[in-house]
Amino acid sequence: MTDERQERQREVPERGAPGVRLDVHHGDSAAPGVEGVEPKLRAQREAVFSLKEVTVRYGTKPAVRDITFDIGETEITALIGPSGCGKSTLIRCLNRMNDLIPGAAVGGRVLYHGHDLYAADVDPVEVRKRIGMVFQKPNPFPKSIYDNIAFGPRVLGMEGDMDEIVERALRHAVLWDEVKDRLKTNAFGMSGGQQQRLCIARALAVEPDVILMDEPCSALDPISTGKIEDLMLDLENEYSIVIVTHNMQQAARVSDKTAFFTVELDEDEKHRTGRVVEFDHTEKIFTNPSDPRTEAYVTGKVG
Amino acid sequence: MDASARAEAPGRPEISLRAARPRYGEKIIKGLLVLAAFVSVLTTTGIVLSLIEETIVFLGDVPVGDFLFGTEWAPLFNPPSFGVLPLVTGTLVVGAIAMLVATPLGLGAAIYLSEYARPGVRKTIKPILELLAGVPTIVFGYFALTFFTPEILQALFGNSIQIFNALSAGIIVGFLVIPTVASISEDAMSAVPQSLREGAFGLGGSKLQVTTRVVFPAALSGIVASLVLAMSRAVGETMVVMIAGGLQPQWGLNLGQSMETMTAFIANTGKGDIATGSIAYKTVFAVGMLLFLITLVMNLFSIRFVRKYRQVYE
Repeated sequence: MTDERQERQREVPERGAPGVRLDVHHGDSAAPGVEGVEPKLRAQREAVFSLKEVTVRYGTKPAVRDITFDIGETEITALIGPSGCGKSTLIRCLNRMNDLIPGAAVGGRVLYHGHDLYAADVDPVEVRKRIGMVFQKPNPFPKSIYDNIAFGPRVLGMEGDMDEIVERALRHAVLWDEVKDRLKTNAFGMSGGQQQRLCIARALAVEPDVILMDEPCSALDPISTGKIEDLMLDLENEYSIVIVTHNMQQAARVSDKTAFFTVELDEDEKHRTGRVVEFDHTEKIFTNPSDPRTEAYVTGKVG
Repeated sequence: MDASARAEAPGRPEISLRAARPRYGEKIIKGLLVLAAFVSVLTTTGIVLSLIEETIVFLGDVPVGDFLFGTEWAPLFNPPSFGVLPLVTGTLVVGAIAMLVATPLGLGAAIYLSEYARPGVRKTIKPILELLAGVPTIVFGYFALTFFTPEILQALFGNSIQIFNALSAGIIVGFLVIPTVASISEDAMSAVPQSLREGAFGLGGSKLQVTTRVVFPAALSGIVASLVLAMSRAVGETMVVMIAGGLQPQWGLNLGQSMETMTAFIANTGKGDIATGSIAYKTVFAVGMLLFLITLVMNLFSIRFVRKYRQVYE
């Protein structure tokens, strides 16, 4: 287990910018890292995502507007804010999941290691191979535990012994000991927390670069939540993780950076649009935020 | 303190838990609903009983082995012959051809409508498809006899296709049951939760992989139910097979020739002026009983299958 993790850690640099290929086009490879700007906190890492004035519309109304910030490599970035502020909308832009919603349109630029995810020649299937996703409600396939894990590697045509791939993914998600004797049973027989860890294991099995988690613990009890948070901290050194959460303690416990979203009403006060108020190191957001709205929210005065 | 003492405790207003007024409407509605449910049960029971009664009489005249395993069907000839196998094979051959046509086309339409078509397209095409199910079967029958057989089949295969033939009847029955397959399968696939599709797309699945490896298996019980229902309809279909398939029983598999089916025999014999109680009259019931048993077995199979593979998402 430990050996395995160290081995994977060594792979990490290779999985970064130079190897990325979303298409035949090979443009400017990486956004410039901002080294040493904030010496007190840990050094700025290379950006895995750079959001530049991202606006997402459903139909004509913007759901989120003018979002600009960078998401660092092998960090946990939390998106927090009240309901309806567009956190889920934004996270779904990062692996082109919004393509599945008719009428959704993304403006601005979403750069992934410097590549525009919404360029005309980008294949969303290629994007999602690299950027995995875990959803709010556990959504195992109505198949066996084994087949749930093997689904991704099979559709991607991954080489190697499938039994090993499945075992590695389940061990990685700290689920192996609980399910090793019933790999062939239906995944629906697991508890909710186990199902969610299965979904994480399933995402890990395809060896992604980034894992997006859209409120992964909102349907789970505190014990299962704790297990998933431990898992995220375990995975942090190898993967870039973006998590949407309503649970501020969770954001404070697990994330390195936090983006605080809020809702703005338009002139006639009918349409709600999400904006980012503040994006910074999590410690700063929770202890010394620069915006009074952030302070009001994180101290529980509103929202 | 017992219950009555507590109820009479001073200072507490009297509580009545009885209905303020009797609910007669509730009872009447319930009675009508029970009646509605029992009408169909009673009808089925009546049909089965009448079939059984005449079949027992028939089997008093004809040995059961001669009926079930005989290969010559000539009940009105002299001497008569009561081997039902040619009718059974005719029925099954037409049903099999129909399913060979309806399964790929019906499932293809269902997959397109559920997974690929934009919502506007689906809203337009699905009602048109279901309209096909409303076309009277006699129209299909004459379409097969006057257009499909001479203009298509005979043009393609020449003299090996006779004007009454099993192939034409089977193919057109297949078209007849496409809406059954497509509509029910589409409902089953549309009912698969979107979260499963998102999960599969999130792992880098392509549209085709998500459809064939996640949505289709998750909807399998509904899809199989649609196929069995279509098969039952194809086996029970009468007009097309009588008009286009002909009335000549065939103990063989020559698709270019007439093949009488069980339903065609029943309809054709029943419309003639046969005397009640005659042997010809009784054959109608015996063949009807056998047809009933065949469709019953298929339905039982489908119910078991659906129960076994039904997925409950939650």
